[in-house]
Amino acid sequence: MRASRIVPLVLLALLALAPVLLSAFYLTLMNYVGLFSIVALGLVLLTGVAGLTSFGQAAFCGLGAYATAVLTTQYGISPWLALIAALCITGVVALFIGTITLRLGGHYLPLATIAWGISLYYLFGTLPGLGQFTGIADLPALTLFGFPLKSERTYYYLIWGATLLSLLLTHNLLTSQPGRIVQALAGTASMAQAFGANTARVKMQVFLYAALLSCLSGWLYAHLQRYVNPTPFSVTAGIEYLFMAVIGGAGGVWGAVIGAAVITFLKQVLQDVLPALLGRSGQFESIVFGALIVVMLHRARMGLWPLLRTVLPKPERQPLAEPLDIPQRPRREHGEGKLDGQHTDTVLLDVRNLSKNFDGLPAVQDISFQVRVGEIVGLIGPNGAGKTTTFNLISGALPATSGEVELNGHIISKLEPFEIAEYGLARTFQHVKLVPDLTVLDNVMLGAWLRRKDGFVRSCLRLERKNETLSRREATRQIERVGLLDHIDVLAGSLPLGHQRLVEIARALMANPLLLLLDEPAAALRHLEQERLFALLEQLRTEKMTVLLVEHDMDFVMRLADRIVVMESGQKIAEGLPDAIQRNERVQNSYLGCAA
Amino acid sequence: MDFQTFAWVAQDGLTTGTIYALISLALVMIFAVTRIIFVPQGEFLSFGTLTLACIQEGKFPGTVWLLLVFAVLASTAEIIDAHHRSRSLRGTLSQLRSLAFYLGLPLLIAAVTWAVTGHSLPFVLQVMLALMIVTAMGPLLYRFAFQPVAGASVLLLLIISVAIHVALTGLGLLFFGAEGARTSAFTDGSIELGSIDVPLQNIWVIGTCLAAILVLYLFFERTIYGRALRATACNRTGARLVGISPSLAGALTFTLAAALGALSGVLIGPITTIYYDSGFLSGLKGFVGAIIGGMASYPLAAAGAILVGLLEGFGSFWASAYKEVIVFTLIIPVLLWRSYKDPHREED
Repeated sequence: MRASRIVPLVLLALLALAPVLLSAFYLTLMNYVGLFSIVALGLVLLTGVAGLTSFGQAAFCGLGAYATAVLTTQYGISPWLALIAALCITGVVALFIGTITLRLGGHYLPLATIAWGISLYYLFGTLPGLGQFTGIADLPALTLFGFPLKSERTYYYLIWGATLLSLLLTHNLLTSQPGRIVQALAGTASMAQAFGANTARVKMQVFLYAALLSCLSGWLYAHLQRYVNPTPFSVTAGIEYLFMAVIGGAGGVWGAVIGAAVITFLKQVLQDVLPALLGRSGQFESIVFGALIVVMLHRARMGLWPLLRTVLPKPERQPLAEPLDIPQRPRREHGEGKLDGQHTDTVLLDVRNLSKNFDGLPAVQDISFQVRVGEIVGLIGPNGAGKTTTFNLISGALPATSGEVELNGHIISKLEPFEIAEYGLARTFQHVKLVPDLTVLDNVMLGAWLRRKDGFVRSCLRLERKNETLSRREATRQIERVGLLDHIDVLAGSLPLGHQRLVEIARALMANPLLLLLDEPAAALRHLEQERLFALLEQLRTEKMTVLLVEHDMDFVMRLADRIVVMESGQKIAEGLPDAIQRNERVQNSYLGCAA
Repeated sequence: MDFQTFAWVAQDGLTTGTIYALISLALVMIFAVTRIIFVPQGEFLSFGTLTLACIQEGKFPGTVWLLLVFAVLASTAEIIDAHHRSRSLRGTLSQLRSLAFYLGLPLLIAAVTWAVTGHSLPFVLQVMLALMIVTAMGPLLYRFAFQPVAGASVLLLLIISVAIHVALTGLGLLFFGAEGARTSAFTDGSIELGSIDVPLQNIWVIGTCLAAILVLYLFFERTIYGRALRATACNRTGARLVGISPSLAGALTFTLAAALGALSGVLIGPITTIYYDSGFLSGLKGFVGAIIGGMASYPLAAAGAILVGLLEGFGSFWASAYKEVIVFTLIIPVLLWRSYKDPHREED
C-alpha cells in the first residue's frame, strides 16, 4: 500500500481509538476540536477560498444552540427535530443577512459580520425566554437509535462522525465544478460570470453552507453541555474561529482541523502557563494568539496546512482519461434562434449603434457591425480605440450607455454576463483571468459550467462524477488542441503569459460557444505558438465556429480574418475585406499618421 | 418624555457622540491613507483613560511598559530592514535617525514618566503625559505590525488589525487589571442652559472635540504633511512617485490616530468607567459612524458618529438592555442604503 493511503488510515484508526486511549481531560479537548473544526471548515471555504471574511460565525453557532435549547426544554420537541428546525432558522437568518451584506464591497462584509455578531450576542443575553445571561439549563441528552449519548466518550463519536462527514462533503465540493467556481470568486469573479456562473448566487450558497455548518456545531455543543449561555457565541469567539481558519490555512479542508486543534490545545497550555508566569489570573492567551496571527500573516500567509503538506506523502495523481467526445451543450431556446445550420449569410451577432460613456467621456460611439455564422471577423484599431470596451459591452461586463446587441436573435444588451453566456457566447480576456492556484485542467474544466447542471448539493454528494469524467476528457481534448498537454497538471499561475492565453482559449472552447470573442489571443505568443494558434483558428473555421477577435498583430489578423472592422477613437472608421482595409487611406492615416 | 428629559438625554448623547466622532475621523483617515480598517482604535481610547487614571493615582502606568515593548519590536523591524538596504553613510545616518525615533523617544518618555511618578502634577501636565505615552505607541505599532505588509490586501490588513486588537485587549488586562477606572473631571459643576443643567465636563468634551476637528482641518488644509497625507489617500502610487514615502505617511497617520484615540480616552474618562476591554465597543461604534460616511467622507462620518451617540443615549433611556442591539442593528439599514448608493462592482 502506498504511503499516501497509509497516513490517513493510521490517523483514522487513532481517531477511532481516542476514547479508549485518552484521559477524560484530553477527550473533552478532542470533542472541542471536533466542534470547532466544523465551524472553521465553513470559514476555510468562505474566507480562505471564496475570500469573504466573517467574524460572525459564532452567532450562527448560537442560533443552532439556542434554537434547540428553547425547542427541547420549553416545547419538549425531540433534539433531532430541533436540529432540522435550527438549520431552517439559521438558513433563513443567513439568507437575510447575506442578502443585505454580500452585495457590499470587500471590507464592508467583515465589519457587518462583527456588527451582527454583537447584535445577536446581546439578543441571546436579553431576549425574554432565552434565560438572559444565565442561560438555559437541562437540555435533554441525545439518543441515537434508542442508544443514549450521555457520556463524553459516546458523544465523541457523534461529534467526530459529524466532523468527518462535514470534511468529506466540503472536500467533495471543493474538488467539483461548483468548487472551481468558488475558487474563482476571489480575484476572477468576472471571468466566472463570463462563463455563465451567477456569482452572487454562488456567494450566497457558500455563505449559507458555512452558516449551516456553524449551526450544526452549535447544536452539537448545546447537547454536549446540555446547557447554553451567550458567552461561547460572542464576537470574541467569532474572531477565534477566524483565527483557526487563518492558522490552519486555506489550501484544503484539513487546515480547519489543524487550526482548531492548534488553537484549542495552545489555549489550554497557555491558560495553565501564562497566569503562573505573569503572576496574575486572566485570559492572557489572547496576547499570544494575536501575536501568533500577526507573525503568521507576515511570514506564512497560507497557514500551517500547506507547510505540513510538503512533508506528507503526495497523493497519487489521477490518471488522465482518453479524450472522448461529450454531448454538445444544450443552449437556452436554441430552436427559436435564427441559427439553422450552414447558411453563412445568417447574422449571428448584430451590434447596433452601441455607445459607452465613462462619466461623460465617450469611449465607444455609435458602433454598428454584424458577424455572420462561420465568419472570422477582426476588430482592429490603434491603442485606446475602444476595442476592448466594445468587447466588454458585447459580453455584458460593462453596461452600454445606449444601443443594442443581438446574438442569435436574442437581444442581449441588457443582460448580465452570466445570462449572455447562456445564449452561446464565450470569451478570453486581454488581461488573462485564470485561477492561479488551480491546474490547467481545472481551469479549462471551468469553461464547461453551462454544459453541466451540477449544483452544490449534487457535488457535495458526488452525484456528478459521470459529468466530471466526461468534462475531464473533453478538457483534455481541448488542452491537446491548443498544444499544452504537457502542462495539463501545472498550476495555471506558474505558466508563461503566452501559455496562459492558450489556456484561456481552451477554456472558451470548452464552453462550446456559438460565438467566440478573443481579446488579443496572439499577444505574448512566440512564433511557433502563434503558428499553432493560427492553425487552430483555421480548424475552427472549418468547423463553422464564429469568431470575433481583437488583435494587434496585423500580419496575423490580415491572414486569418474574413472581414475587418476598424475603430479609431471610439468610432468605426472602416469595414471590409482585409485587402480593401489595407488599401484604405483613412486606416493608413490612423495607423501611420499619413497615407502609405 | 417631557422636553426637559429629552434635552438632557440629547445633550448626553451628543457628548458621547462627539467622542465617537473623534474615533470615526481617525478610522476614516487611517483607511484613506493606509487602507487599514483599524479595529484597535478603541484600545487607544481605553489606554488613554487608564493611563491618565494611573498617573492621577500616582502609579507608574502599565502602558509605558507596553510602549517599551513596542519600541523594541519597532526598532528590531527597522534594524532587520536596514540590514537588507545599502550601507552607505547616508543610509547609516537615516538609520540612526529612525532608531532615535523608534527607540530613543519611547525611552525618553518612559524616563520622564518614571521621574514624575509619585509627584503630584498639575492636571494639564497629567493629561499631556498621558497623551504623549499613548500617542507614541501609534507609529511604533504601524512600524512593526503593518509596514512590513503595507501592500497586502485590505482583508489581510483587517485580519491583522483584529489580531492586534485581541492582543492589545490581553495586554490591557495584564497591565491594568480587570478593575475599571474613572478619571477626575476637568472642572466640577454644571451650567444652566435653558431649562437643563449641563455638566461642565460635557461642555469640555464637546469643546475639545470641536477644537481637535478644527486643528485636524487646518493640518490637512494648510501644512505640507497634511497635504502629503491627502495626496497618499488620493493616489498611493502617484504620491510615491512624487517622493512621499508611504512609510512616513503610515507613521504620521498612526501618530494622529493614536493622539485622537488618547484624547477621546482622556475626555470620556470622567464620564464613564473604562475597563481594559471597553475600547472595542467604542471603536466599533466609531465604525458605524465611519461606515455611514462610506469610510471616505469626514463630515459624514462625524455626523454618523453623533447619530450613533444620540441613538445610544435614547436607546439606553427607553430600553437600556437593548442599547447595544439597537446601535449595532442600525448598521443594517445603513449598509442597505450604502449598497444601493454605490453598488459594488466585482473587484478583480
